[in-house]
Order: sequence, then structure tokens, then C-alpha cells
Amino acid sequence: MRHDTIEKSLNLMVVLIIFAISIGGLIEIVPLMMSSDVTEPDEGISIYSPLRLAGRDVYVREGCYNCHSQMIRPFRSETERYGPFTTAGETVYDRPFQFGSKRTGPDLARVGGRYSDDWQRLHLMDPRALVPESNMPGYPWLADNAVDPELVTAKLKALRLLGDPYTDEQIAGAAAAVEGRSELDALVAYLQELGTNRKNRR
Amino acid sequence: MDTAASYNDKVVRQFSIMVVIWGIVGMLVGVLIAAQLIWPQLNFDLPFLTYSRLRPLHTNAVIFAFGGSALFATSYYVVQRTCHVRLAFDKLAAFTFWGWQLIIVLAAVTLPLGITQSKEYAELEWPIDLLITIVWVAYAIVFFATIAKRRIKHIYVANWFYGAFIITVAVLHVFNNLAIPVTLTKSYSIYTGVVDAMMQWWYGHNAVGFFLTAGFLGMMYYFVPKQAGRPVYSYRLSVVHFWSLIAVYMWAGPHHLHYTSLPDWAQTLGMVFSIILLAPSWGGMINGMMTLSGAWHKLRSDPILKFMIVALSFYGMSTFEGPMMSIKTVNALSHYTNWTIGHVHSGALGWVAMMTIGSIYSLLPRLYNREGMYSTKLIDVHFWTSTIGVVLYAVSMWIAGVTEGLMWRAVNSDGTLTYSFVESLKAVEPYHYLRLLGGLIFFSGMIIMAYNVWKTVIAQKPADVAVMNPDDMSTDSKDGGDD
Repeated sequence: MRHDTIEKSLNLMVVLIIFAISIGGLIEIVPLMMSSDVTEPDEGISIYSPLRLAGRDVYVREGCYNCHSQMIRPFRSETERYGPFTTAGETVYDRPFQFGSKRTGPDLARVGGRYSDDWQRLHLMDPRALVPESNMPGYPWLADNAVDPELVTAKLKALRLLGDPYTDEQIAGAAAAVEGRSELDALVAYLQELGTNRKNRR
Repeated sequence: MDTAASYNDKVVRQFSIMVVIWGIVGMLVGVLIAAQLIWPQLNFDLPFLTYSRLRPLHTNAVIFAFGGSALFATSYYVVQRTCHVRLAFDKLAAFTFWGWQLIIVLAAVTLPLGITQSKEYAELEWPIDLLITIVWVAYAIVFFATIAKRRIKHIYVANWFYGAFIITVAVLHVFNNLAIPVTLTKSYSIYTGVVDAMMQWWYGHNAVGFFLTAGFLGMMYYFVPKQAGRPVYSYRLSVVHFWSLIAVYMWAGPHHLHYTSLPDWAQTLGMVFSIILLAPSWGGMINGMMTLSGAWHKLRSDPILKFMIVALSFYGMSTFEGPMMSIKTVNALSHYTNWTIGHVHSGALGWVAMMTIGSIYSLLPRLYNREGMYSTKLIDVHFWTSTIGVVLYAVSMWIAGVTEGLMWRAVNSDGTLTYSFVESLKAVEPYHYLRLLGGLIFFSGMIIMAYNVWKTVIAQKPADVAVMNPDDMSTDSKDGGDD
């Protein structure tokens, strides 16, 4: 077929464009969705508890991913610095994923338990009080914001709709689990669990 | 004049003016966040002024507000001129203008409030995503209906690129943003973990590939030949590089996920296709550059042409750098560092912004019924501020990126790490200053542009332009190509 024919027919051109742009995504994404390697949780990995889920959403809202990755690559220098490399099975309850694309600060995939709760709190309020060279902004308002219990319940229901295995009891108890907690409490709870649950590690 | 006999340039004028305004806003936010990386006190402990909330505002403003307005303006102009008809559906075209501006304002309000999906360049929450979909469908209807009623048989090459850009962005936007709403301001992606990451970077890479590349190649294929007064260098090259560009781009997304927990087969596919992508990208660059054959002397006197040719040079450079960075060995060093930021800006400032600026300078006088811009001298000044600004920016980020990459991987002879993380942050601080300076210089050029545009548009009342009959085309306005 001469290209002349395509140039003279809008319909033909549109159909061929749609064909040309469809192949790549279909071949790279659809098999991934069907692969248990990336959709099944590793041993020990489970859904987020209500408080940690609330904390994760604070992490997303504040845009922590703009400066911190959560993806340790399989290099000696990275496993030395951050811990065992991240596996696909560790991220199957992450909506959305938080791999990040830029490290202005260090990777956080296994930051859980590295520092005390008090260190994390103080650092989030005023980073340079603990790390004078840091250029991280402070997030002092987190201590004053309360986690909304009703919202957390609604979130759990939405996640169950998407297939995350929350039980009726967990949803019923969600509001009580976050009652009276600040966003700072929630974020610290999330950070302190990051990367600590996988069982099959050295 | 009978409206069907004249072009609809009103919507083109509206979008063109917004290009300048959103360019200034988006780059100002960029300058602010560059300063915040040096002086974190500039966050003022205020949530809506915090770096991590403003960075997405910067990227969205420059891509979708500045770049998007430029694509709307030029595509509406080009499709009318090359099809020899008035734009289809005046009211729908007006709706796309006001709808797009509303989306931008909603983005400017919600992102600083922390209302975000956190997927890069797709941060906007679901109600805004729905609005984008509606406006985009309206855009497609206006654009393709105009082509459908064209008065010449052939669809001009610029419209192939604009058309592919409009179709593909619709597909990418819809699939990447599928989510279940919790409230009006919060939703959860239907994808998780690695699948979500793959979907996002299929979107993210092709937002670059189609929004910032195919669309702007459409702009290039009209305004470069027009400004140079020469036909497009090679018709055959434009055919080959068009189809290969749009097909190959769609495979390249996984290079954003090298060495992550994305399965190796997908990473390898992404790398291979990214390297192949060099060929169609350079096809476009060569076709644009060579269009100047026999007209190179015009660069001496025409700063608009200088903008375009430097834009093509940056396009060629970034599309060499991109495939290089997608080689896994190189990516192991460059990923997560400022090198990526430098790469993005040599593309976004060097290619996208400079092609936009050149095209707007070429377009505005025609829209306002004048011979040229208010001041050619000021265009020249703007050209030099842009060029110096982007070079400072890119060079500082290259050095910073390689420095970080090397420091992160350095180990002592006993196997322990040589540097702490914060040492690498201290090491790149001088380059943060240099980057801020580069950004400020580029930004100052935009202020000069605003002044020049202001003086140009207040002096003259715009007049309707009659639709040109394809039968009495002069050689000047004949579509490019050697067929």
C-alpha cells in the first residue's frame, strides 16, 4: 500500500495510529497483570492496618515520593546502605506504588526500626534539629492534624472493593484504631513498619 | 465577512496568550523550588508552600498549562491553514479553551493542598481527571472534524503528529488514571505495586513521547518550513520516522524502572526499544534541520529561526542522551540522581520551550495582523537568555548527577561504604546554586517575552483572515514535502 492512500483517508490513518500505539502496552502490561510473581504477596506481607494506611496516605499527600524512593536496587552499594533489595511481592498492597524516581533524600524502603519513634517525630517536625546538613522541609502541621476515623473506614471499604482482604471486623474496628491519633502518629507508624515484614530475608 | 469564509483565530489567540502567562507561572514555581533545595527555610513551614507539594505543581504547570496551551494554539492554527477550512464547531473549540483553563486552575489549587494521586504527571485526582477526559474528547472532535472537511486531498504531515498526540494522550490518560474514589479528593488506583508502576511509566514516558514530542514535532513541521521559507527536507523521511516514532515510543516505558522489582524481561524490552528510538527521533531532527538547507543565512538575521534550530539541536541531544541513559549499565549510575533532572530540562527547556517560544513569536504577528513582533532585538535577547539558561541548568545537573551516582556506589577496600548519604547532598550543593542561576536566567527571558508580546498585541486590533482557496496557493504557502 502506498502511503498516499493513508494520507488521503482520515479514517485509515486514525485506525493505523491506534494499531501502532497499542502493541507496546499490550505486550508489556497485560502479561504482568497475570503474573503471580508480581501480584502475590511475599511471606509475611499483609494489608496495611488502619493507622498505617492513614500514615501512608499522609506520605502520599505530602509528596514524600518527590525526594525519597522506596525501591532498593540489587547492587552491593545499595544493599549495604539500605538493606536487602526490594521484591515485587512486598509491594502488592501499595495503591499507588511509591517507588519514586529521585533521591534528594535517602531510600526509605527499609527505614522501619532504623531510628526511634522519637527521632522520627522530631525529624519530621524540624529535620535540621537532628541533621544540620539536611535540606528537607519540616512538616510541623502533622502533629496538629487528627486522623479522621470515618474517612479511614471509608478507605478500608474502598480497598476491599478492589480486592484487598480486609475483614468485616477490621473495617468495624478501623475507626476505633485511629481515634485520637494525629497524622504525625500515623506517619511514624507507617515509616516504622516500612520494609520490616518480609519473612524470607537473611 | 461570512464566518465560514474566515479562520477561527480567536481561540488560537486565547491559547497563545495563555502560553506566555502559564510559562511564567510554571517557571516561577520551578525557580522557587530550586531555591528551596538550597534554603529549606523558604518552605516557611506552610503546607501549601512546601517543596514536596509544589514540585508536582511545577511539572504540571509547565507540561500541561504551558506546553498544553502551546499545543492547542498551534494545532488549531495549523489544522485550519493546512486543510484550508475554518475550525469545526466554534463553540466546542471555545469550550476546550475554557475547560482547559479551568483544569489548570483546579490543578493550581488542589496540588498545593496535597490532593494528589502521587503518580508523576498524573497527580490530579479523579474529578479533574474526568474533566480532562471530557475536554480532550472535545479537542479530538474539533481537530478531526476539521481535517474531515479539508479542501485538499492530502493530510499534511504536521497533522499526522498532532493527530497521533491527541489519540495517544487520551488512551494513556484513561488507563493510567483508573481508580476507585473514596471521597471527592481521594481515590485508590485499581493497580498495585509493580503493575501500577509499569502502568504509570508506560503513561509517564509516553506523556513525554506524545505530549512533549509528537505534538511538538507537529509544531516543528509547520513552523520551521514556514519560518525558513523552504519545504520540508524529505517527505519519505517524515513518513518513516512518523510511524516508527509512534510505534516504538510505546515500548520504552520500562526504562524508568531499571533494576527495580519489575521483571527482567520487561526491563530488557524497554531498554532495547529505547535504544531503537534514537533512529526515529533523529529522523525528525534531521528532517527539521535540513529544511534549512539553502536558508542557513537567515539565521544571521532571524532570531525566531535561531530559537527553532537550537530547539532541534536540543531535541537531537536529549534523544541521544535518553537512549544512552536507558542502557541498564548507565542507568545504574544515573537513576535517582540529578542527571535525570538535567535530561528532562534539556528536553523541556531546550526542545519544548524553545520550539514553543519560536513558534509563538512566528504566530503572534499573523494573529494580530502585523508584519512582525514589536521588537526583533528583544527576541534576540530572549534567545540568548534561554540558551545560556538551559546550558547552565543542564551542565550543573549532569555534574551533580554523576557526582551523586559515584558517591553512592563508592566502597572502601574493606567493602564498607565510603560516603554517607548526606555527604553526597553537601557535595552537590554548589550545583544547586548553578541550577538556580540557570533557571533564573531562563525565567528572565520569559519576562522579556511577556513585554514584547504585550507591546505587540495592544498595538493592533486583530482582524479576521479569509480562508485561503487551495486552488490559488502561492509557492510560499504550499505544503511541504517533495512528493
